[in-house]
Amino acid sequence: MSTALEISGLKKIYKGGFQALKGIDLTVEKGDFFALLGPNGAGKSTTIGVITSLVNKTAGKVKVFGVDIDKNLEKAKSFLGLVPQEFNFNQFEPLLNILVNQAGYYGVDRKTALQRAEKYLKQLELWDKRHDAGRMLSGGMKRRLMIARALMHEPQVLILDEPTAGVDIEVRRTMWDFLRELNKQGVTIILTTHYLEEAEMLCRNIAIINHGEIVENTDMKSLLAQLDMESFVLDIVPTESEIELKDIVSREIDDHTLEVDLTKKGSLNTVFAQLSQQGVKVLSMRNKSNRLEALFVHLINNATEQK
Amino acid sequence: MNNGIALKSILNKEVQRFMRIWVQTIVPPAITISLYFIIFGSLIGSRIGKMDGFDYMSFIVPGLIMMSVITNSYSNVASSFFSAKWQRNVEEMLVAPVPNWVIVAGYVGGGMARGVLVGLIVTLVSMFFVEIKIHNLGVIIATVALTSAVFALGGLINAIFARSFDDISIIPTFVLTPLTYLGGVFYSISLLPEFWQGVSKVNPIVYMVNAFRYGFLGVSDVSITTAFIVIGVFITVLFTIAMTLISKGIGLRS
Repeated sequence: MSTALEISGLKKIYKGGFQALKGIDLTVEKGDFFALLGPNGAGKSTTIGVITSLVNKTAGKVKVFGVDIDKNLEKAKSFLGLVPQEFNFNQFEPLLNILVNQAGYYGVDRKTALQRAEKYLKQLELWDKRHDAGRMLSGGMKRRLMIARALMHEPQVLILDEPTAGVDIEVRRTMWDFLRELNKQGVTIILTTHYLEEAEMLCRNIAIINHGEIVENTDMKSLLAQLDMESFVLDIVPTESEIELKDIVSREIDDHTLEVDLTKKGSLNTVFAQLSQQGVKVLSMRNKSNRLEALFVHLINNATEQK
Repeated sequence: MNNGIALKSILNKEVQRFMRIWVQTIVPPAITISLYFIIFGSLIGSRIGKMDGFDYMSFIVPGLIMMSVITNSYSNVASSFFSAKWQRNVEEMLVAPVPNWVIVAGYVGGGMARGVLVGLIVTLVSMFFVEIKIHNLGVIIATVALTSAVFALGGLINAIFARSFDDISIIPTFVLTPLTYLGGVFYSISLLPEFWQGVSKVNPIVYMVNAFRYGFLGVSDVSITTAFIVIGVFITVLFTIAMTLISKGIGLRS
């Protein structure tokens, strides 16, 4: 597997002295589905900005498929497709023009651009809107338009900065399927998101950034394996007697709800067996929170405490 | 990477933009200049008499055409590029492998296209008021093309520095309009006292208007060679400034 993106010692100090990136190192392999997570202001968008040349770096190296952006920026740019966080297309321009012009900036001729525009607008269910101005679209449609635009030159690396922000769950899932399919076709995808469930479902590798530093960089399975505690919410039939579970931390939230914390070594069977003995009937059960979310909060808090 | 396709794409986008809003971009200059023709040409001009041996109306037509070319070339690029910054769709070009000279050439080409189109329309309108004579077509074409390039570059630099829509109207209002009105559009600078003639020759628009007038009438207050040298120097200096600003990402990259 070759390297799609290699970042070393990347620093960014904005005018006014704010240090957004404090020398980060990051490697993304070709064909990966990579998540870059972090709280607001952690440095995710600055990192993406530097990679795509929208932000001037202060120090460090960025290579895209081995091409140094300081030595051959135009070549490096030709590998990349960007779906930014903010809507940044001309709101007054028809969709088809937006896509064809974007392809033209990469040297794609008009005939090919029109074919690709039709393909992506149909796949992303925007074909009927092709003659409408960008401002006429809903939020979800605008996000999909930006994905189509980023694909017009068929990039080898697609960078998505919170692509599903403000998008309803149905559209989000359609977009996930679309991105999975793109990744299967060999496109390397780098994703930042606030929906940790999204990162957990889509990405194989992950880096967590906080205060301009990478606090974790590993594969998703190893990261989730670090989680040694999981909480479950049980909907129960109200009972008169107090529920007591031996060797298991539990909380009665109300008459209908019981929360239990289970270590990796613990078994749900033990919980159910004890509840059954006490005559408690369980109607349904779910995870209290997203597993990755728990880890994310833990890692970010740890990094903050160490400062 | 085919830079020709990228350049064509920016040019297409720019032309599509001003044609899409033609009521705002093409019609108003035609109406404004028609009013100038009616008021200064037909009504007042008939009482002024000859200017440099020509009817006043014939004398001011080249200047009025040039005035519309200057204003439209400048404002097209200033408003289009600033809108692209404001809506952030300038990032579409910045993330793509488009060389900086292609971005500059594309926007300047768009400004020139509007300037020349409006100039043509104003010329057609003027034909209702006066018989157009052509002394040297080559000078006319070269002057209009180069002058529109100068002001399109000026509009681009203005837009790069602008932080609000007010910033793109300050230069046209406080610099461009006075320089144009004092640039020999309505009078021959030979009518001025010697001191003010000297002052006028610092104004680059004097050279552009006079070169253009020479193309139509064969008369000029300045040497045509000097006029083209001045225009050439302005293009070189402004192009260099625009390239430097875009390369450094001033107002574009953080």
